[in-house]
Order: sequence, then structure tokens, then C-alpha cells
Amino acid sequence: MVGIVSYGAYVPIYRLSREAIGAMWNKGVGKGERAIANADEDSVTMGVEAVIDCLHGMDRSQVDGLYFATDSPPYIEKQSASIVRAAADLREDILTFDVAHSLRGAGSAMRAAADAVGAGSAKKVLVAASERRIPAPNSEFEVQFGDGAAAFLLGDTDVAAVLEGSYHLTSEFLDVWRKPQDTYVQTTEERFIRDEAYMKMIPQAVAGLLKKLNLTPKDITKAAFYATDARLHGAIAGAMKLDPKTQVQNPLLDNVGNTGTALAPMILVAALEDAKPGDRILFATYGDGADAFLFKVTEQINNIKDRRGIKRHVASKMMLPNYGKYVEIRELMEWESPRRGARRSSLPVLWRERKMIFGLYGQKCRKCGNIQYPRQRICIFCQAKDDFDPIRLSDKTGKVFTFSMDQRAQEIVLPKVFTVVDLDGGGRFYSVMTDRDTTKISVGMPVEMTFRIQMGPSESLPLEGSGLYNYFWRVRPVRC
Amino acid sequence: MESLKDKVAIVGMGCTPFGEFWDKDIIDLIVEAADEAFADANVTAKDVQAAWVGYTVQDNAMTGIILSSALQLQFIPVTRVENACGTGAETIRGAALGLASKTYDLVLALGFEKMKDAGFGGIGQAWPGKWHPVYGAAPEVGGAVGRYALAATKYFSTYGLSPEDGKRMLAKVSVKSHYNGSRNPKAMLRNRITVEQVMNAPIIAWPLGLFDCCGICDGASAAIMCRTEDAKRYRPKGDYITVKASAIACGPGWGKERVNYGYTVWEETEAAAKQAYAMAGITNPRKELSMAEVHDCFSIAEVIACESMGLCEKGHARDDIESGAWEQTGEMPVNVSGGLKAFGHPAGASGGREVYEFYKQFQGKADDQTRQLKDLKMGLSHNQGGHPGNFVAGITIVGEPPSR
Repeated sequence: MVGIVSYGAYVPIYRLSREAIGAMWNKGVGKGERAIANADEDSVTMGVEAVIDCLHGMDRSQVDGLYFATDSPPYIEKQSASIVRAAADLREDILTFDVAHSLRGAGSAMRAAADAVGAGSAKKVLVAASERRIPAPNSEFEVQFGDGAAAFLLGDTDVAAVLEGSYHLTSEFLDVWRKPQDTYVQTTEERFIRDEAYMKMIPQAVAGLLKKLNLTPKDITKAAFYATDARLHGAIAGAMKLDPKTQVQNPLLDNVGNTGTALAPMILVAALEDAKPGDRILFATYGDGADAFLFKVTEQINNIKDRRGIKRHVASKMMLPNYGKYVEIRELMEWESPRRGARRSSLPVLWRERKMIFGLYGQKCRKCGNIQYPRQRICIFCQAKDDFDPIRLSDKTGKVFTFSMDQRAQEIVLPKVFTVVDLDGGGRFYSVMTDRDTTKISVGMPVEMTFRIQMGPSESLPLEGSGLYNYFWRVRPVRC
Repeated sequence: MESLKDKVAIVGMGCTPFGEFWDKDIIDLIVEAADEAFADANVTAKDVQAAWVGYTVQDNAMTGIILSSALQLQFIPVTRVENACGTGAETIRGAALGLASKTYDLVLALGFEKMKDAGFGGIGQAWPGKWHPVYGAAPEVGGAVGRYALAATKYFSTYGLSPEDGKRMLAKVSVKSHYNGSRNPKAMLRNRITVEQVMNAPIIAWPLGLFDCCGICDGASAAIMCRTEDAKRYRPKGDYITVKASAIACGPGWGKERVNYGYTVWEETEAAAKQAYAMAGITNPRKELSMAEVHDCFSIAEVIACESMGLCEKGHARDDIESGAWEQTGEMPVNVSGGLKAFGHPAGASGGREVYEFYKQFQGKADDQTRQLKDLKMGLSHNQGGHPGNFVAGITIVGEPPSR
């Protein structure tokens, strides 16, 4: 019995109200809000969040593979999954790959993972989907898009949602696209896409799946499927003969937005959060065709606990005060050139210290027991030499020991909050605080770790680091 | 281990005005400081047997050649030293050791920094071309203030000061330094300021605002040194000073990563002071020192430095600031020159500039007589480079020559 063993999700803390978008462009654009990744977040960092949420309280060394789906990878040439793997501290001897180029990527990854487990080439495989697409200013997409991620652990033991079957449909339908040189998603007439693609493909795949399993729409407890807006989502449900009041999982379009590849997986996480043993959950992705999956929930669902998932992440938010702040964190403008030269990244350092940088491993002295970061040869407390045990610090919480707020640092979002943190259980970590309300920072405040872009290859504000995404761990007030 | 106390003397000094000199090059700064020192000691460049030159990061200078080429020294040893903001103290220390070993008889110690050719405000890059994730997290670029501000936040919370009270305490430090600097013709900032101005100034790195920060500028300082027994060849007794102590303390670093680092004591400065007091035979610095020129790159730096060097009891800086103990007429005059606050901080030049303040005060030659102190016995010059938890501290104590 192959299926979902665990799930997790991530929604960035910032929201932009559609009212603020309408106010910017002087037009009515509807209600609700979009989840907006902070300036130091991208599909990789959000993917790490979802994966870590999914593996909460679990042994990370049991993961045999990571399939990462996104249409907004940081690099066109360079794997994203390998970065997620390193930050999530999964084993190195596992299969990782990216599934890109289609909004349907999460479905493809889900099928491939289930097949790997079914075939016995892996015991447990992670499927993660993450999206941070940049919509063109003053476009329909700008009103719709949101950022977020979801992750599932697939396996054949302790299964919480058994995969009963899937159906796959591939179609050469050109609705949205982005060439390598395009910043924004391109599209064509929405009525054409609605009639010929959205209204047909998911219903067709779902009908095919139900027929294959000898089931009817009435057998579906909750349906988690893709659509670009709430009205269309309702219409697709109707086409599938589902009762919109009872059988359709809220698609997050009003309060999170269309998170592309990650949308249907995030809706599935939301459905699993409320699922009861015996429920049948439909999961359908869309893009260049459609994939439909049916899961049957087991008793094991009650053992998945303490996930931030969708519910808690959605409830934990900070509103961007206006469109201008959105422009700033998404870097939609060209800024004044920095006066200082940028420093380069040392790739040998990044490689040599990968365990320390990505996995956030510190060390604990075997003589005096003190935890220290970064890596040392001589203990900074008792001067014992080369006598340490490695210790992962990325899952530690801590308290702010002291902080400062630099208004003039080379950083997109100012002030840059430098933070010294005493970790619960020992050790001190010096970092930058992100996702913070600067009026609410205090000595003693509880914080946690979050994997972020420390310096990125900003187009308009050349931050440091050789035009690379330099990822590292920051701290944030304990989120939720 | 022998003490350096009174073994070497300073018989001539020079110091350029400190400021933003768009029309001066490094060689101009070097020549100006050296000329004043040579004339003061009544020697020429030809008399100098060896030299030490201190500067930190300069795109337009390297090695000791910058000094020998600027002054056209002819094939003598020139040692370039660098210990961040402790460079000035290190320059004098190198020269003193060269004399004490009797390898040389007359030497030049010169520190300079040309910071305003960079094309931006603030401090230049300490390690250009390198990115390290841990330091990548830090305000290496232009962010000394962010690091020192960590200490201000912690000082306030440790001693129960509200941010408002804490900022007010620090404001008084800056007001005092500007007042002193306003009467010092060589200072960069000669305007007087009020506590309210400091309180209302733009924040640079909270809780520190504009007037909590010293300026960045250009400058050079120079000393002509010999062994004390030769000093009378150059100046009458009572007109030269001797080195009582020269100390450098490099910390083991990683303070900000160490849970037992409190951010309210400069450990390196405390250690350097301990070395220096032992060398100079000082047991009660507040009583025995006539004045102290303290590294006040930021207002909080002066506060914690005074406490770390025992000029003030730990946690009691506020009492001294309120009572005026650190003012010119107070019990322990601190930064009578105006300090880094009024002078700005051309890193390599500051240490020598602080010794120059004592030298001139001792000779009764404070440029503005309203700033002149009386009955000077010993003065302390302090600098520290790096950032809280990761400093190199340099202390030079100079004073009245021994009576015999």
C-alpha cells in the first residue's frame, strides 16, 4: 500500500490585500489577499520550509529521494532539489531531481515517487512543490498569484492516505508560458483557455480515474484541485458533478492566491488537515494536461501532529502596508546603484563548509559540553582540540540576547536586524532577523531558524555574492 | 619579562588636521605629519634609522614603501603594521621595541589613513573579494555601527535603562566630545551640539543615531622616538615624554558566538589595560592618569571602554556622565581632544593623534588654551579594532620622564 505518510506546507508571512493592488492601479480588483514571499525567500527556501514541516518530529535519514516541483527555480541551469536536500539535512546518497516547466509538475513528481516506492527502489520519497512567480504589474495575474509550498512524504508503511489510483492526461494546449528571457508569465485569451482547457481537462482526467476505479463523484469526500480563481474553481467542481458545499476543499485562492505548481498540493494539505479515516480525497493538478489521484485516508492520519501546514501558516500573517512595500520586496523597480563594490562569493568556502552552511551543523565539545558555531578546531570555551560531536542547529529555537537595526546596510528590506541569539539547549547564533515587526523586537524574544537568501543576484541592486543565490539561515520571531 | 616603562622617549610629534581632504593625497598627509614631527625634534629624514608605518586597508598603498617613497627615505628598514583600529598603538609599539632592543637609536612611527577617496560614506571593506556565510550575515560592509549597536542594546537591558534613558546617557557623551572638539583647531567636527539634537537625529543603527557615530576622514600622525637616555639631545627635559606602557591584546574572537560573552565589557580592552597598567606600575588608573583618550568610534564605545579600563566602575558610567567626571574639569578627563567623535577616525592615524594630544598638553601647548589641562603626569591612549567579541585593543601610556 503506497501513499502519503506525512505532509507539510508553507505560506510566507506577508500578505498583500487586493484592495492595495486596486488602489495602486485605480481599479476594482475584488477582495481577499495574496501571500507574498519576503525579499529573502524564493521557491527553494519555501520548499525547505514545507519539507521541514512535513518531516517534523521524524527521522530525516529515512528519506530516500526528493522530487522538487517548481516553475520558478532560482537557477535555469543548476538543480534546486539539491539545495533543498542540503538545507533539510537529508542524506547525500538519495535521488534528487527537479520537475519544472509545467504547472502540473507536482502531479508528475507524485506519480514518480509513488512508482519508486511501489517498485521498491526507495522506501520513502519526498515530493515538494513550491512557487514564487512574479506577475506583471497591473495584470490579471497580479491579482491572482500567491507564493507558497507544500510537501508530502510517500512510503508504504505508516501510510495516512493510501493512493488508490491515478489518471494522467497530456495535452498540447498553450495557455501560459514563459521563455527563458521572460520575466513575467505570458498568456492568451482567458475565455478560450476557460472553455477548452480548465473546464475540460481536470474533469476529463477525474472522470477517467473514477471509471478506472469503478467509483462515482459521490464517492469523493473532498476534492483538492487547481484553478486560477474562485469562480472558475466552482465551475470546474460543477463540471465534475461535485457538491460545492460539501465535496470541494477551499482552494486558498482568496487568502493565499494562485501558487501555480504548489496550489493543488497546498489544497491537498488543507484537505488532509481535516480528513478523517475512510475519507476519499481527490487530488488533481493542471497544466499541459491534467493528473488526477485518489487517496483513501487511514487511521494513521491522526498520528500526523504539530504540522504548521496550511491552517496555522494562513492564520499567521503580516499585511504589507501598501503596494510600494510589495514593489520593494519583489524588486519591481530599478534602484539607485550601490556606491560600494560588491564582494564575491568564495565557492571553495561554500563547498568546504556545506554541512555548516546548508545543514547548519555546529559542534558540541566533548570535554566541556558547550555548543559552538561556526566550526572550530580548538574549543572556544575550554580550548580542547578536535574533540567535538556535530550537532544540527537548524531545528533549535532560541532567545534574543541582543539586537540592532541597521538602516544603512546593503539589503533590500531595511533596517537589517542583526540579532544575537542564545539557543535553547546551548550555543549562540549570530544572524539577521527576518519576517519581523521592528516595533516588536525585544531582548529575550523567542526566535527560530529559517533558511533564506542571505545575498542574492538582484538585477537592480547588485548585492554581494558573485551573482549567485547565497543561501544561509536567518532567525525569525517564532512564527506560529 | 622586562617592562618598557621609561625606556623610550617621544621627542618630536606631528599631526595633520583631520578632515575630508579632497585635495590631498596619501603622500601629502604623510609629508605634512612627518614635517611637523621632524621640525619639532629638530631632525631630518636622513637622521631616521628605521621607521614603522601603520595603515589598515588602502587601495593606493602597500607595504612600507608608501612611507619611504613619500618621504624619500633611502633604503632604510620600514615596517608596515596593521592591527585594524589598534594600528596606531601598534606602530608606536613597533618603534618602541626597535629602540628598546638597541637595534636603532632614532626612529619614526607614522600612522595614516586616506578614507575619503573611496567614493562612499562609512568604513571601507575590510576583506574585499571574500564572502563567508557567517560574516556574510554581518554588516562587514559599512556596518561597524550595527555591531556596536548590539552592545548598546545589551548595555541598556543589562543595567535596566530604558532605550530613552540609555540614549540620553549616550547623548551626553557626544555633547561633551563635540564641546571639546569645538575648541580644537585640528578636529574635523567643530560644532557644538545639544542633547536634544542627538536624541532627535536620524537613526543609523538602532539604538545609535547620527551623533552617536564618529566621522570618517583623512589624517596622519607621526612621532620621532629615541631611547630616553638620548632624549636630551633633541629637547630640554620637561619638554619630551616617555612611553610608560605599550600594550596590544588580540582577543580569541568568536565572542559574539560565545554564550558567556556579555556585550557590556570590552574584554580585549580590559586585557590590554591590565598589561599596560602592570607595565606602567599603575594601580589606580582613575587617580594616576591625568587624562585618557579613549576609542569612541561610537558613544557606547567610550562608555564601555572607560568601564573596561577601570576608569569607571562597571555599570556606573551613567553616574560619571551625569556628574561630569569625564569632562575637562572632571575627576577623569576623557577625550579632551574631542575624541574620535570630533576628529573622525582615519584608522591608522588615530592612535598617534591621541598620544599627540597628551604630548601637547604636557608641553602646555594645547592649541586653544581653554582646553589646557594642568599638572599632567600620565595619559592613556586607547584604540580597538574589530567588533564586539572580536577586538584587537591597543593602549599606549605616556607621561612625564623619570626624575633621575
